[in-house]
Amino acid sequence: MKRSVRCMLASLLLALGLIAPPAGAADDETLVSNLRQLNEGSFDDKAAAVRTIAESGHPRAVPVLQALLDSRLYFRIAGGGIVIADALDAGYSVTDPVSGEALGEATQYEIRRVSINNAVRTEARKMLALAGLSSPDRQARAQAVERLLASPDPAIAERMEGLIDDEPVAGIRRDMALAIGLARLEAPEPATRLAALETLDGSLRNRVRNEVRRVARNDPAPAVQARAADILEGIEERRDLWGLGEQIFFGLSAGSVLMLAAFGLAITFGVMGVINMAHGELIMLGAYTTYVVQLLMPNAIDYSLFVAIPAAFLVTGAFGVAIERGVIRFLYGRPLETLLATFGLSLILQQLVRTVFSPLNRQVSTPEWMSGSIEINAALSLTLNRLYVIAFAFLVFGLLLVLFKRTTLGLKVRAVSQNRAMARAVGVSSSRIDALTFGLGAGVAGLAGVALSQITNVGPNMGQAYIIDSFLVVVFGGAGSLWGTLVGGLSLGVLNKFLEPETGAVLAKVLVLVFVILFIQRRPQGLFPQRGRAASEG
Amino acid sequence: MSLLDRPREVMRRDRVFDFMMPNPLDAARLDTRHGPILYLEDITVSFDGFKALDALTLYIDVGELRCIIGPNGAGKSTMMDVITGRIRPDHGQAWLGQRLDLLRMQETDISRAGIGRKFQKPTVFPEHRVVENLELAMAGPRGVWSTLRQHLDGEARDHIDSVLTEIGLESAGHSRAGQLSHGQKQWLEIGMLLMQNPQVLLVDEPVAGMTHQEMDRTGELLQRLAGRHSVVVVEHDMDFVRSIARTVTVLHQGAVLAEGSMDAIQADPRVVEVYLGE
Amino acid sequence: MASPQTSATRVIPERPWRRLLHGDMGGRILLGTLAVLIVVIPILNQGVSPSSPFHVSDYTVNLLGRYLCFALLALALDLVWGYAGILSLGHGAFFALGGYAMGMYLMRQIGDRGVYGDPILPDFMVFLGWEQLPWFWYGFDQFWFAALMVLLVPGVFGFIFGWLAFRSRVTGVYLSIISQAMTYALMLAFFRNEMGFGGNNGLTDFKDILGFSLADPQTRLALFVASAVALGLAYLLCRSVVRSRAGRVVRAVRDAEPRTRSLGYRTDHYKLWIWTLSAMLAGLAGALYVPQVGIINPSEFSPLNSIEVVVWVAVGGRGTLYGAALGGALVNYAQTLLTAMIAELWLFALGGLFVAVTLFFPRGLVGLLKRREDRS
Repeated sequence: MKRSVRCMLASLLLALGLIAPPAGAADDETLVSNLRQLNEGSFDDKAAAVRTIAESGHPRAVPVLQALLDSRLYFRIAGGGIVIADALDAGYSVTDPVSGEALGEATQYEIRRVSINNAVRTEARKMLALAGLSSPDRQARAQAVERLLASPDPAIAERMEGLIDDEPVAGIRRDMALAIGLARLEAPEPATRLAALETLDGSLRNRVRNEVRRVARNDPAPAVQARAADILEGIEERRDLWGLGEQIFFGLSAGSVLMLAAFGLAITFGVMGVINMAHGELIMLGAYTTYVVQLLMPNAIDYSLFVAIPAAFLVTGAFGVAIERGVIRFLYGRPLETLLATFGLSLILQQLVRTVFSPLNRQVSTPEWMSGSIEINAALSLTLNRLYVIAFAFLVFGLLLVLFKRTTLGLKVRAVSQNRAMARAVGVSSSRIDALTFGLGAGVAGLAGVALSQITNVGPNMGQAYIIDSFLVVVFGGAGSLWGTLVGGLSLGVLNKFLEPETGAVLAKVLVLVFVILFIQRRPQGLFPQRGRAASEG
Repeated sequence: MSLLDRPREVMRRDRVFDFMMPNPLDAARLDTRHGPILYLEDITVSFDGFKALDALTLYIDVGELRCIIGPNGAGKSTMMDVITGRIRPDHGQAWLGQRLDLLRMQETDISRAGIGRKFQKPTVFPEHRVVENLELAMAGPRGVWSTLRQHLDGEARDHIDSVLTEIGLESAGHSRAGQLSHGQKQWLEIGMLLMQNPQVLLVDEPVAGMTHQEMDRTGELLQRLAGRHSVVVVEHDMDFVRSIARTVTVLHQGAVLAEGSMDAIQADPRVVEVYLGE
Repeated sequence: MASPQTSATRVIPERPWRRLLHGDMGGRILLGTLAVLIVVIPILNQGVSPSSPFHVSDYTVNLLGRYLCFALLALALDLVWGYAGILSLGHGAFFALGGYAMGMYLMRQIGDRGVYGDPILPDFMVFLGWEQLPWFWYGFDQFWFAALMVLLVPGVFGFIFGWLAFRSRVTGVYLSIISQAMTYALMLAFFRNEMGFGGNNGLTDFKDILGFSLADPQTRLALFVASAVALGLAYLLCRSVVRSRAGRVVRAVRDAEPRTRSLGYRTDHYKLWIWTLSAMLAGLAGALYVPQVGIINPSEFSPLNSIEVVVWVAVGGRGTLYGAALGGALVNYAQTLLTAMIAELWLFALGGLFVAVTLFFPRGLVGLLKRREDRS
């Protein structure tokens, strides 16, 4: 009852507003009287006053309402005159709301804040949003429509009808139509509600879905209920579809991280047969290199990654060569010993980082161009940093592929890995190739570290989280196959993300682990086994 | 698939019913009434399209000493792999005696049924003593529980000692196998085969890397063994083959090229072409 | 020249226990030391006044007890690594499983003396708002049941894992990685409150064992003695296993598995059997360890713990049972010393130990001693 009265009142005021003459002295008076009502009336009166002010089209209406929302609207205790007050160190500087002229200062004993409740605040917000719809700034209009979508209102819907055709941007136009539709779901006539429902069909927004669901349950007219149920089903289906898309994206993102982390391992373990338990720590060193590069060029964070990528490659690559020359080369053919020795190295590297930096996580900042996200629609938005990491992973993959297939270094590496003695016989220095290959694997681990620094915390223990996962990827994909690592990493990442909502993150990890173990039972050589007679022996 | 397999098996004319098959481990009673102990018929194995064995047919008689020669890639090792169950052929048949179908037996069962193989590269257990190597190879139960409780009884010790004497390692019984010379390791490996009381001995390149003296002793050893066992020797060294061979089979491109005495083989123009032509 | 008869069969003492330790000087020293400790430590702890320089404090008794548990764990690992060549990076999991089984018993012994005073439910379950005891907690109020589970849970778990792994011939580093993944997965699982094992905090605040207060010095002494006896018995068991023909088969598997298989041994059975036995011993070690430290939590499953065990065995000397036990005790003693001096140093030292042992002393301390012996 009360609602419809307000509606009528609002429409009346609206009509008045539409035919109101341009702002002038008379308007100032209405504004002043409305402002008084804003202070002295009941909360219902205040809400009505907010609306009247907004509809008046007075040039000061927007600043006044904004001041109200920001709790900067005060009244003088003596006389009750309304002012906009900004807090100073002591007391306030006050402005005249109607003219916008400064009125000097006031102490806290002279003025008191105009009290409002949430209903009034919502009203003010809506009115401001409506005003925003006419803004020349596209961003402001988009924000305004977003706000109106959050609190649909029939009266505002009427006003938007008038604005919708002038809106040049299609997306905003669509959202405006949605807001109008949402508002009309409350209309008394079933036909209007039905028509409103049609405009909502196919939208992916949370708000729309909730409203449609409410109508499907509670609407008094059975026909409207049935149609709403139909539309709800369609919405749910589409949302599920986009949700699937989002899961796949998260999966690909997690998978590309796995893939990056595993490439280095695919080289050292897959090609050379060396188990490098310090691989995770090389990733960590790559991430710390990014951190140090950012420390060195604090004013150019945006470009720091372009320095960090080669720097990390070189630093971890150098560590890799040192590890190979210092430890691993004495242990070829003794995989278990290699495993132990490199594990020891991983402990040393971890502790080294803890001592040099600190045991705490370090903050690596994300460049401007990598932050933010691309919003495909209401149900799916892709964060930029993850997109870049996916792209980076594929770039690294492509480079490695070219390196192994098209360069002499790649040829020599493959020769040494397949038949050491023969390679040496044809003049390939196998010890140099070993060091270079290991350095390459370590360098790629460093690249993975740079990528990781953009999406997770950088700390001394970060490598540990990836070592087991990367081994799983390499084992799953088939040791020594870059394609296997690619497919293995991506599929394990997607699998993990699909399990997560069902089982929780921890159990998902465990299940993936069990899956890989069972998989190796069936195909001990992984997805992409190395072909040939040698593989079938033993 | 598996539903149909069963009736198909039963319908095959060349086979008796499963339940009438003897226990494959019942090795002592091999049916060799018809002469040959090892039948290979029409065996074909291919790796990625390359035919390692091409319809190979070969019979080995009881107590025979057979040498098999052939150029590299002729399929000698693959043949051994088929007999010992390491490789399943694409088609063909392999039988031990009249009743044991090798193609349907596990690797371990084949070994227990009486086929012993000496690999090309001598693989003894380097950390075990010579006698322990022989003990491990000794015929008998192979289960965990039985080996956990087993101790050497007098009979077993006698057996070990006799084999030690046979292979000429009496004085080295307590050295680690890893400390033996190359030739001694080969003999030890043959000794390990003997411990299993095998019916058939498959010996892959027994004299590779041996001195002449060692070669002679090996030849004597193999000749002594023939008669009690059927011995199949794969060897490259022609002089050695000539010194011990009674019957020689030449393999070429996965099939038998020629068979007969060494002199007959060497006179065969096809063999000469294979060895010299290319 | 010796006659063939004596060449194959050495002269071996008749009595079984003598035969067991025949030619095993290290084992005799180990068992002798344990016997001495069992007698001397209680006397020095209880009989000598605290002011005397010969007095052994309760703290030291407790510490020694822990070292013995670690030695037992190292022994268990050596059985699979030193003798069967299976490098397990997940033996900490079996240790922790045994520890949890014991912890559950100790938890039930608290009864209504917990913070919430619930006569049946442990505190953490009351805290989580659980109404009922989960089924897998049944029976743990009985010591015999818990004692059985201490062996059975790690045993069955190890059996299933081993069955899956060995059946499909997962060997070498692959097995190592998978075993590490296993303990990692268990750690993640035990961190969850829903698992019903106390989540992050694990099981703690134990009160007594078999009716004796755990805070009591005598109880601690008894636990120390129990650990020493367990280590001694486990040593004898392992020794008899590795000296049996089955033990020789296991070593043969280590050195040349395909060859062993071609001799007709089902190598997967042997590996599975020794793996399961080792898991049970590790579980026993965990069960003795938990009442002495008073807590068991998921961090016991952390891969680092498991791999530390490997370094104990490597330092002591893999492939010799007494060497492994020695390594377990010594490395932990070194850790206590170093962490007391500079905490940071320990990880450097541990890492260095890994590298040094693999590069320079592949046979560990025992290897060093033996080399000196051989020279002289």
